[in-house]
This record gives sequence, C-alpha cells and structure tokens, in this order.
Amino acid sequence: MYISVDRDKLREHQKLRLTPEFSLPPLVSFFLRRLATALPVLAVVLVGSFLVLEAASGDAVDAYVARSGSMDAEQIAQLRQEWGLDQGPAHRFKAYASALARGDLGWSTAFERPVASVILERLPITLLLMGVATALAFVLGSLLGVIAGAYLGSFRDRFLSTSSLALYAVPGFWLGLVLIVIFAVDLRWLPSGGIESVASGKTGPARVADIGAHLILPVASLAMVYLALYLRLMRDRMSEIWRDPFVNALKARGLSRRRIVWRHVARNAVLPVVTMLGLQAAAMLGGSVVVESVFAIPGFGRLAAEAVARRDTPLLLGVILGSAITVIIVNLLVDLAYGKLDPRVRVGR
Amino acid sequence: MTFWRMLNLEGRAGAIMLAALVAMALLTPWIAPGDPLAITGEPMLRPFASSAHIFGTDRLGRDVLAGLLHGTRTTLLVACFSAAVALIVGSIIGTLAGYLGGLADTVLMRMTEAFQTVPSFLLALAAVSVTGPSVPTLIFAISLGTWTQAARVTRAEVLSLRERDFVAAARTLGMRPLEIAFREVLPNAFGPTASLAAISVAAAILIEAALSFLGFGDPNRVTWGSMIAEGRTVLRAAPYLSIVPGVALVVTVLGVHLLGRGLSRTERLQP
Repeated sequence: MYISVDRDKLREHQKLRLTPEFSLPPLVSFFLRRLATALPVLAVVLVGSFLVLEAASGDAVDAYVARSGSMDAEQIAQLRQEWGLDQGPAHRFKAYASALARGDLGWSTAFERPVASVILERLPITLLLMGVATALAFVLGSLLGVIAGAYLGSFRDRFLSTSSLALYAVPGFWLGLVLIVIFAVDLRWLPSGGIESVASGKTGPARVADIGAHLILPVASLAMVYLALYLRLMRDRMSEIWRDPFVNALKARGLSRRRIVWRHVARNAVLPVVTMLGLQAAAMLGGSVVVESVFAIPGFGRLAAEAVARRDTPLLLGVILGSAITVIIVNLLVDLAYGKLDPRVRVGR
Repeated sequence: MTFWRMLNLEGRAGAIMLAALVAMALLTPWIAPGDPLAITGEPMLRPFASSAHIFGTDRLGRDVLAGLLHGTRTTLLVACFSAAVALIVGSIIGTLAGYLGGLADTVLMRMTEAFQTVPSFLLALAAVSVTGPSVPTLIFAISLGTWTQAARVTRAEVLSLRERDFVAAARTLGMRPLEIAFREVLPNAFGPTASLAAISVAAAILIEAALSFLGFGDPNRVTWGSMIAEGRTVLRAAPYLSIVPGVALVVTVLGVHLLGRGLSRTERLQP
C-alpha cells in the first residue's frame, strides 16, 4: 500500500520534471501564492475603509473651508467639483480604484501634496523605528527568555518572569513620557523629541550618531512591551520543550547542560517567537502612532493621527492601505526567515 | 470562596487589584462627589501637600484624585463592554465560518484576515474619526479591531467540534443548521474563546488610553489617557500629573493579566 502511494508521488514528480514550463522556481511560486491571498485581503481593506470613511459627516472641503475661513457658496461648490466630491460614492470609488491602479493615492488636502509622496516621505522613518525596536525586542527578549528558561523555577526565572509581566502592562506612550522625564529633563542625556537636531548642518557619521541619539528613547518605549512578550514566550516554550523526551536522550548521551540549553532547547523555542514577530507587526505599527506623537517624530504613524485630526480622508485611506501592505510584506519576510531557521518548513514545497 | 481557592498566588494578587479598582469605581460618587472637571483648588498643588487634595491638582486646579476615580469608571466601562462585544461578535463569526464551511468560511476568514492586516489602533482611530468620540462609539471602535482573535479561536474549536456525535445527534433530531451552530456548537466552543477575555480587556484598556491620550476620547469624561495628555503640557514643571494616572493604568492592566493567567492555569488543571 505504501509503495503504491510512493509510485503515485513519483509519477507526479516526473510529470512536473517533464513539463518545465509549469515548474517555477520555488521562491517565485511562493511569492505568486502569497500574492494570490494578499490581493483579496487588500481589496477587502480598500472597499471596507472606503465605505466607512464615506460615512463620515463632513468632507475635506468642509475642513478646508473651516481652516481658510472665508469662502462663498459658489467657491465651495467649485472646490467640491474640483476634488470630485459632488459625485456619488460608487462613482468616486471607481475613480479612486482606477487611480490606485496607476499608483496614485489621491491628493492630501492637509498637506496640499499627493498622498503617495507624503507617505513615501514618512514611511522610512517609521520602518527604521520599528526595525530597530523589533531587533532589540527580539534579541534581548529571547536572550533573557533563555536565561529564565534554562533553570525553571530558579530565582532568576521567577524574577525575569514577574518583571516581564509587569513590563507587559506598561503602555508605550506613558513609558515614553517617563523616559523623557528621566533622561531628557532630569539627566539631560538625550534629546526629548524629533528625529534629528534641527538645522545642525551635520553630515555623514555625525548625522547618523545624531539620529541614533534621537532614536534611543522612542525605540525603548516602543520595544519594551514586545521584549516582555518575547521573553515570556521563549521561557514558556522552553518549559514545554524541557519535558520533551529528546532532552532526556541528549542528557543520556552526556551533552553538557550549556549545549543542551543553547543548541537544542533554545533553538526549538525560538521558532514561535519568530512567528510572533510577524503577528505583532500590525500591533507595533499601531503603537508607533502614539509613540511618534509623544516624541514628535515626523513618521508614518503620526501621519495617521494628523490625518484624523485634520479630516484628511484621502490621506487616512492611504495610511490604512499603506499599513496593510507593510504588514503583509513584513509577514512575507518573516515566513522566508522561518523557512531558513526550520528545515522542516521550506518555502515553495 | 471556591473561586478564591482555585486561584494561585498570581491570580489572587490580580483579583485583589481588580476588586479594589471596581470598589473605587463604585464608590466614586461618595469619595469624590461632583464634576471631576470642575476647578476645586489652587493649580499645580503637589501630591500630599494639602489634605483637601491628596494627589494634588492639575494645571487648572482640578483635583487629581477625583480625576483618577472618575477615570477608573470610564476605563472599566469602555474596556469591559468592548471586550464583551469583541468576544461575542468574534465567536458568532467564528462559529458561522467554522460550521458552515465552504464559501461562507472563505469569505468570513478573508474578512477576518483583512481586519488583522490593519493595526487595530488605526482601525479604532479611523472609526472614531467617523463616528465622533463618545462612550458607545469608543466601545464600537475598539471592538472593531479586537474581535478577530476570538473569531479565529472559535473557528478552530468549531472545526473540531462539528464532527462530534452530539452534532450528528442534533442533526438526526431535525434541527436546522444554524440552530445546531448556535445552540449546540457555540456554547461548547466558547471555553477557549472566553480565556481570551483577559487579553481583550487589557488590549481595550490600552487602546482607549492611547486614543484619549491623542485627544480622540470622549471630551465630556475624565480618562486616564486624557489626564496623561493634560499633564504632558507641564511635564517639566509637574511630571507627577502624567505619572500618577499612568501608574493607575499599569496597575489595572497588570491586575487583568494576573487574574487572567491565574484563571487559565486553574482551567488547565481540570480535565
């Protein structure tokens, strides 16, 4: 019975070999499959957020009139026509979708610039912030998790577990304020906001160091929650793996404890943490909205708050779409990394 | 008391913290009567400097303790209701997707995925910008981004339950599919979903605090987030105005996590 199954598989395999036009490289077919699932999701996000934002009372023209102060009814009607706001929602969605297909996200009424250029200008700052925060949370969190999980029930395990639970309850924006009070107001070690010193004229390494100094506090306040989360996850997973029979086999073979902890238990326990990295991408992007507001960082997250405060619907729609695409790409990268770490999961099979 | 005995040390600590908070919220009309937004004393009194204002006053002279107490009410109200809405909506959608299968499953799960792709804080922000800030709209906005996890967990549970004998028995009795899904399958699948309650409440507290910190909360109510934002304008002169409500936030979220962990531990002990 088993043999016949194998033969079927073999035949299937040979058929694929004999028809080279159907065998794409595994990476390409992986990307194609992911694209096929990502596109419907993006379409739902697009239609959903368009409909919801459509329901808002007051449009961009109202906001513009409120800001400029003096406009008569004729000018207002003309502006509505110019921005396409006099048409019905179905017509406007069609216009938006066809513009989107050309990579045009519309016109930001708050910034008086195309939405796409505003977003592309802001996104790198937030990606830098999130990237550094993720790296810090992952490396420190899983290292501390290994330290806690190496000797379960020890003092350092209980200390790290309890403090991670407390840290996990701290809201990032409040932590940011506390860090500002300590390190910027009292100690004056670090700048309290912004992404770099204004008009400092710094270039090259000096500028990089300047940006780095500005990033320390925001990164810390964004990363702490995730550090606590990864610590806990690593430690709990390790406590499960210690009960696995293969650990006893390793002990019986006389491997040193250090080697068992790092090469076997920790290596297996890190996989769910890597999965969590992707799952937390959306949450971290949401957290950056508040953290960037606390530290006055002109990033993508703060753009969301600005779009809402200034009633800039096209910009808010662009931010929502942009964050959905960011989250999808981050998850794609995490899955690729997962395949590298775990030989049982290979991309494209 | 059996409930108390079921809990471990962590769970008991959490239960005490939350009980204290609920007591504070219930006793607020007697401890701090009147409008917490009213000016009652000199501005910027330090904590413990005056017996009339134990936690001091903010930059307009409003009592910090009164704000904290009224903030407890807002926080608990919004958090509990939005977690409840998220769990109920999530389990209904999860049951429908898992039990009906096929096209309904595909459509509902794609929808869930779409909601998960957009940060829940961003969803809440966009929803509040559409509906305007008030307690019911905040509850709606927060649950908009947090129901997805409940839907996924319920669906997974329903998928394993729907092949069981009691479902076949219900079918033989002539029950209609939706009747089976909601009267037989959903109650049995709700256990794992209910264990998400602690996480949902904690997430709701943090989202509400962040929204009101950014100024998108209910303007007629005191919340801890708005107190932190208010204190931020005088952060250099009076950091305690931002720090005290933040400590209240941390204590609440920690209490919820501790109790949640304590409960899930005891659940695991029972077969």
